[in-house]
Amino acid sequence: MANNKSYYQQLADSRAPKRPFWKNCLHAFWVGGLICTIGQAIQLFFITFFDFNEQTAGDPTLAVLIITSVLLTSLGVYDKLAQFAGAGSAVPVTGFANSMASAAIEHRTEGFVLGVGGNMFKLAGSVIVFGTVAAFIVAIIRMLLVEGGIL
Amino acid sequence: MTFITAFIVGGLICVVGQVLMDIFKLTPAHTMASLVVAGAVLDGVGLYERLIDFAGAGATVPITSFGNALVHGAMQEADENGWIGILTGIFEVTSAGISAAIIFSFIAALIFRAKG
Repeated sequence: MANNKSYYQQLADSRAPKRPFWKNCLHAFWVGGLICTIGQAIQLFFITFFDFNEQTAGDPTLAVLIITSVLLTSLGVYDKLAQFAGAGSAVPVTGFANSMASAAIEHRTEGFVLGVGGNMFKLAGSVIVFGTVAAFIVAIIRMLLVEGGIL
Repeated sequence: MTFITAFIVGGLICVVGQVLMDIFKLTPAHTMASLVVAGAVLDGVGLYERLIDFAGAGATVPITSFGNALVHGAMQEADENGWIGILTGIFEVTSAGISAAIIFSFIAALIFRAKG
C-alpha cells in the first residue's frame, strides 16, 4: 500500500500543471517594480509642486496609490492585473488596499455592519495583526538595548 | 537615479513574495504577514532606513514598509515618552495608509456592486 501511495504521489505530481515559476517571477518583478516607480513619480510630484519634503511626501503618495487601487478594484481592473502579476500586484501597498476594497464590495450584500465592516479586514487583518505584534516585540528589544546602554 | 533603484528594489521585493508563494507554497495571507514581519525586523536592526535612502518608493511602497513604519512610530514615541510610547506610537506613522484604505474601501462599497 505504501508503494501505491508513493506511486500515486509521483503520478499526481507529474500530471499536475507546472507552476511557471520563472515567468511568474518575471511578471511579479516588472509589475511590482513599475508600481514602485509610479509611487516614486507621485512622490516627486508632491515634492516639486507642493510643500512636501522627502520625509513627509510618503503619506500623500501612499494615499494616492490607495485611492487608485480602490478605484481600479471597484472597476474590476485590479483583479485582472493580480491574475497576471501575482505577487507583483499583491506585495505593494496597492495590493493591501485591493484586498480591503474587494472584501468590502463583495460582502456588501450581507449589510454594512456585518458584511462591509466585518469582512473588510479578512485578508488585511493578518498583515496588521502580525505587523503590530512584530513591531511591539522589536520595539521592546530595542528599548531594552537602549536602556541597557548597548545601543 | 532613484527611479531605477525604485524599480529594481521594488521588483525584487515582489519576487521574494512570489518565491514565498510558489516555492514555499505559502498562501497570500501568510506571504504578506511574513513580509511585514521581515520589514519590522529589518527596521529593528537599522537596515530598512538605508534601503529607503537607496531605493525611495521602491522600499516605501511594498508592504514590508508597513512593518518598518510600525516599528518606527513605536520607537519615535518611545524616545519622547518612554515605555508607553511603544503602545501609543505603533500606528503613528501608518495612520495615513490604514485610514485611507478603510475610508476609500467603505466609500467603494457604498457606490459599487460586486462584479460577476
